[in-house]
Amino acid sequence: MVPTQYYLLVSAALFCIGLAGFVSRRNLFIVFMSIELMLNGVNLSFLAFSRHIGSLDGHVFTFLVIALAAAEAAIGLAIVILIFKNAGATAASDALSVDNYQSLKH
Amino acid sequence: MHPAFFYILATVSVLAALGMIFQRHPLSAAVYLVVCFLGLAGLYAMLSAPLLAILQILVYAGAIMALVVFVIMLLNVRDEDLPHEPHMYWHLGGGLALGAALFVVLSKAIHKVPGEAAPTADLVARYGEQVGGAPKFGGIEAVGLHLFNQFVFPFEIISILLTVAVVGVVVLAKRRI
Repeated sequence: MVPTQYYLLVSAALFCIGLAGFVSRRNLFIVFMSIELMLNGVNLSFLAFSRHIGSLDGHVFTFLVIALAAAEAAIGLAIVILIFKNAGATAASDALSVDNYQSLKH
Repeated sequence: MHPAFFYILATVSVLAALGMIFQRHPLSAAVYLVVCFLGLAGLYAMLSAPLLAILQILVYAGAIMALVVFVIMLLNVRDEDLPHEPHMYWHLGGGLALGAALFVVLSKAIHKVPGEAAPTADLVARYGEQVGGAPKFGGIEAVGLHLFNQFVFPFEIISILLTVAVVGVVVLAKRRI
């Protein structure tokens, strides 16, 4: 049996990689996927602790987080499409940059 | 399961996650992320969570990432649409330094997690045994009973959240309501 702490280290590594991608990239899609990666790191943590103490609470939380991620993906991708279309109408390049969020202001 | 599986799956997920943030084009990043999620599904299965492992593959690697890839292809992202990132590796280095600092703090905390994982015999005693000898812990029956016995309210809240998301997407997508 692999110790719980090893799973937690993997989960922390995934969360930190997601954080690094989130703060340092300017591509909207990669920022979005970094958030997904952070959510998954937390999910792994939930399941590892769940197995550690032999309780099913963590499984239910992971289930809810997956549903939350689905809702977030729907909304996030709709916003990405809006930014891409608004920015693409005005600027010739860089339509996928995070700086284009201002194009959503009216 | 053999511990070697853990090391293989953990390496695959972490390397795929690292590969994801270093990609320039979002489509290759999405493929890296799918690989990472598949590795994570394997880790879930090793943690006696077969239901969540299947959900991870079906919902995350399947539905959500298919949606992402679909949107990337729908937008027909060309090279000039990608943001100009001349100092991408420097920025990533800075971000990874921040991540490494957080990782050091977290690993110190993880080092203090007491005890060992509950033995499988314990789980069998508490949740019963499936055909084949595996505990019912983490199976669809045990998780479903737990969800509908003790987490009914969060379950209802999440259904409201999904409804709100659907309405929100319609509002965002339509030009005039």
